[in-house]
Formats: sequence, C-alpha cells, structure tokens
Amino acid sequence: MQKSGGLLAWIDERFPLSKLWQEHLAQYYAPKNFNFWYFFGSLALLVLVMQILTGIFLTMHYKPDAEQAFASVEYIMRDVEWGWLIRYMHSTGASAFFIVVYLHMFRALMYGSFKKPRELLWIIGMFIYLALMAEAFMGYLLPWGQMSYWGAQVIINLFGAIPYIGPDLAIWIRGDYVVSDATLNRFFAFHVIAFPLILVGLVFVHIIALHEVGSNNPDGIEIKKKKGADGTPLDGIPFHPYYTVKDLVGVVVFLLFFSIVVFYAPEMGGYFLEHNNFVQANPLVTPEHISPLWYFTPFYTVLRAIPDPWYGVLAMAASILILFFVPWIDRNPVKSIRYRSVLHKLNLFVFVGVFFYLGYLGTLSVDPFRTEMAVRFSELYFLFFFMLWVHSSRRSSKFNSSWFVFFIALITFYDVMRLYAENSHLIMMSWFIPTIFLLVHLVLPNIKRFAYLVEDKAEPERVQK
Amino acid sequence: MPEDENKLEDDNEVDITRRRFLTASASIVGGIGVVTTMVPFVKSMNPSAKTQAAGAPVEVDLSKVEPGALMREEWRGKPVWVVHRTPDMLKTLKDVEPQLRDPDSKESQQPASVDKHYRSIKPETLVLVGICTHLGCSPTYRPDIAPEDLGPRWEGGFFCACHGSRFDLAGRVFHNVPAPKNLEVPPYRYVSKDKIVIGELDKKKEA
Repeated sequence: MQKSGGLLAWIDERFPLSKLWQEHLAQYYAPKNFNFWYFFGSLALLVLVMQILTGIFLTMHYKPDAEQAFASVEYIMRDVEWGWLIRYMHSTGASAFFIVVYLHMFRALMYGSFKKPRELLWIIGMFIYLALMAEAFMGYLLPWGQMSYWGAQVIINLFGAIPYIGPDLAIWIRGDYVVSDATLNRFFAFHVIAFPLILVGLVFVHIIALHEVGSNNPDGIEIKKKKGADGTPLDGIPFHPYYTVKDLVGVVVFLLFFSIVVFYAPEMGGYFLEHNNFVQANPLVTPEHISPLWYFTPFYTVLRAIPDPWYGVLAMAASILILFFVPWIDRNPVKSIRYRSVLHKLNLFVFVGVFFYLGYLGTLSVDPFRTEMAVRFSELYFLFFFMLWVHSSRRSSKFNSSWFVFFIALITFYDVMRLYAENSHLIMMSWFIPTIFLLVHLVLPNIKRFAYLVEDKAEPERVQK
Repeated sequence: MPEDENKLEDDNEVDITRRRFLTASASIVGGIGVVTTMVPFVKSMNPSAKTQAAGAPVEVDLSKVEPGALMREEWRGKPVWVVHRTPDMLKTLKDVEPQLRDPDSKESQQPASVDKHYRSIKPETLVLVGICTHLGCSPTYRPDIAPEDLGPRWEGGFFCACHGSRFDLAGRVFHNVPAPKNLEVPPYRYVSKDKIVIGELDKKKEA
C-alpha cells in the first residue's frame, strides 16, 4: 500500500479504501489475452446501472394502478419532458441486457469458464439470469397493454399447472382470480425494489467469486499458477488501467449501437416492444397472436412442443435448469474450444442455431409444421447437453453405439405415441432431424477414417498445469 | 476476598455443553419466530376481502344474440360467452364426438343442470367461461366451416391461437391439443324465457 498523507490516509485508517482499490482494480491481475468476448461482463454491469437509473426516473411518473397505468405510460411518452427518451432507454435496455447476458453466457460455454474452479461462479451467474428473467417478466406487466396482460396470464398459469398446489399458488401470485389491479400493484413492488435488490446483491457476489478464482481466458490458462519473481502472474496484467481502458472502448461501441436502436428503432420491428402492447389490456379478448418477448421465446417453444400443461411446464423448467448443471455435464479437462475436438465445436454451434430457431418459432403462432419443428428442435436442445457429456472423454464404439440405439428407440417410441393420421407424414419426415444429429455424433466417430473428429488438440505448454 | 476469586476461576472455564445448549435453543426459538413472522407476509398476498366479495351475478338478455352469434359478458373479471347455436350447429356436435377427448364431459367443470353433450340448459343457448383450460388465453370463436388455417375437418368451434387448442361448438376439447379439459360452464339460470343470470344456480334443479 502506498503511503499518502492527508484525506486518503485519514480514510484508510477508518475504511479500507486504498486496499479495495488495489485488490480489485490496480493490483487485480487479469489474463493478458482477453478478446472481443470479454467485453460483455462489464457491459452487463453498465446496462444494470442504466436500468436502475432510468427506472428511478420512470417511477416518478408511472402509476401502478390498472385504471391509470396504460395512460401514465403514454403520459410519460408525450407530456413528460424527455420522458420518451428515458422510457425508450429502459425498454431497449431490457432487451440489451439479455443480448449482453446471452453473449456473456456463450463466451463461458466456448472457453469452458464454468469448469473447475469456476463452477460456483457459473451457478451464481445462472441465479442472476433467473432473477433477470423474473425482473423482466414483471416489468413487462407494468405498461398494462394487451401483451402485458395476456403474457402475465399465461406465465402465471404455468404455476397453475403444477399438480395439487398449482391453482391456489396461481391465485396467491395474482392476489385475485384473474390478473388484475392487485397483480399489477405487487408486480410493481417486485419490479422496482425486490428484484433489483436481489440482482445487485447477486452481481456483487458474482464479482467477489470471480476475483477469488480469477478470470478464465480464450486459451484456458490459469494465470495464478505461473508467477514471476515479483509474485505477479506472468500471463496477467493489472485490470486498471489496462482493462478499464479497453472496456471503455467497448462501452463506447455498445452505446453507439444502443443509441441507434433508442433513437431510430425503439420497437425493433415488434421484437423489443410488441405492437399489441400499444392497446390497453382487455381481460375479455386475447389478441389473435400472443408471444412473450424475444428473450423468453426459446423456452416458450419447448413449452408449446408438449401437448400437456404440466409436462410442458416441466420440460420448459428443465430446459432452463439444465444449464445449472453444465459444470458437471462437460467433464472434459480441456477448457477452451480452441483445443477441443471438431465434433464438440459442431455441437456448440448447432446448439446456437437450435437456440435461435427455437426463439424464432416462439415468436410465431402455432400450426402443425411449427409444432413438429418445436418438438424436433427441443430434442436437439436437450441432446446438446448429452453430447457435451459424451465428448468429455474418448468413448469406445460400443459406448457410442449403445447410446445411439437407446436414443433412436426413445425418440421413435415417443413418435409412435403421438402419431395420428394428420401428422404422420410430418413426424416420419422430421424423424431424420434428431437421427442425423445422433448419427454424426455417435456413429461417425466409430469409423476409423473419421475418428479424428472426436480428438481434442494438444494444449500448448503454457495452458497445461 | 475468597468469593471473588472463585468467580474469576469459573469465568475462565467454558462450560461447552451449556453454551451449545444455549446456542441451539436460541437458534430454534429464533427460527420458529422467523417462520411465524413470515405467515402474515405470505398471507397478505392472498386475494383481499374486497376482492373475494367482488363478483356479482350478471343478467343477460338472450333476445339480443342473433342466431349463430357470440356475445361477450364480463363476470368476475373473466370473459363469459353466450352463443346462440343454430340447429345446423347443434348437428355438428354428434359428428365430431370421435375426435374429442372427453365427449361426455366427465372431467369438466359444469353445473349439474347442464346437459353432458350440449353442455347447456337449453340446447340453443351455450354459456361458457371464455378461458382456455390450458394456460388461460381467451380462444377465438370460429363458426366458419373448413377454413384454410384450421383444416378441412373443422366444423365450427373455438380455437385458441396462443397454443393451438381446439374446442367444438359445445366447448369440448379435441384430441392432440394442449388443453387438458373442456371449457368451463359457469353457474347460470333462466329467470324468464329470454333472460339468464350468470353466477347463480337454480337451486331446485341442482338438488
């Protein structure tokens, strides 16, 4: 700790200000090889702060009352000075938050940032993601438009599908037998105080956990393990000023894109603010087509893929909760995708495509073809996690073949169960979608010529422990 | 002073058993206190007395509903449909029965005075709670026959655009759709030939 007189010394005797600065910024060592993907952590923090600030100012004008809520939002848009800007910053901020968080999570999947010793860091992050979903869902009820109302109706009824306790639980959440003023009022309370506090608390814990284990990086080097004569990591540089300055560049670029949306396309063609939400909530009429906001739609498609409310809810919950277990599913000691096998890379990129397509399907209305695709891509969604486990080590051809037969049997059995005259052709044709996926991952590597597809590359010396 | 010396000696020795007992009992009592304090907060989120009292019966004039038409009323904050079914529409109910999950309304919610197949007191007037039994959207009334989006076998009924559930013209659910049950029939009774009251039952007929 440097010696300094005056005010700082006076404070340091009473509060560890310099110590905190040193430990978390000036002497906090981060890997020197951060790339593009490492912007999104600090950007998520930026968006969180922005949402809290704009939220405070919106609360000054908004009225959480079923009679007045819709009009008060329009009042903010038209009569409050700069109200439109603050509101669009907040609504665009919600979508931006999810974009940034999804990229942040994808980075972790690519570089194995959830692997030992960062399992807990990943789990805390998943809790942040869940809290963020709750926060966004409750916030979306507040404008009291048609989509707010019917979206909340459907999501709260998901809890109603739980056997035995469901119906009473749904009434308890709503505070009424239907979504009403009582629901709006309590969602306001959760959205402006309860969940922001939880989010900020979790983000704090996330950063403390990160600084305990140190950042991962695109090569998967544990920088704390190779220290120079002065005791600082050889592959690290102090976070401040190196990464504070680098992140500032990221902030500027992010704000550039953010501003383009806020000023020129705040509705983003109905994806950031849905058209139906410019109509006041009407409990008697559901709009012709309703869908949640884009960041929920992949999971919503999984829900719609199953023609039973309770099993649908279970599948949807599983599709989110399975992410918590990723540190124990992918057991491959190689962290970074750079040194992983071809098929692992393929698996991850197919997963990204599946996630996008599920999300796209969730924004559309249902017809037999889309429902069938929802089933097939939900199967691919879950198979991704299975393959993550399969590619954890070299598997024998017996192992691969047994699992191949098992999954083909399972999928075919489920198809036979749901087969009826009108959809039989569709089911039989789309059966090839998961089958081809399984063939590539479980049968192809058994052929000698293609065995190299599952071989991980040798890690450079510095990455090895 | 010998007394004080004794006391000092005692102070230096820790009675671990006693400390554990005190810690454990304090934790248990405190834990019970925390749990019981949660009760008022959890209960405060239940529907309030005012909410429970709301929900007066609604009177509907049936002469205003044209044959084949649907009229929406609000009862307890929910949409209630009153449909005037034509003889042609009533004929379809028998045809579609093989495609239905529960054609005899065994599992569905309805007053005893309501016919199991027509699902109404008088065949021509259907009264339903317009909330899908899947996840609570309000389905659309689709009396048109074999429209492009619903397929050639459609003979009229209710379609929920949210998740694709289909119901016939008596609110009975089809096979292979997400909704598990038939649409709910609310309690209602005739006060005269052309007037019904939604939210009240005819006590004589129910008994």
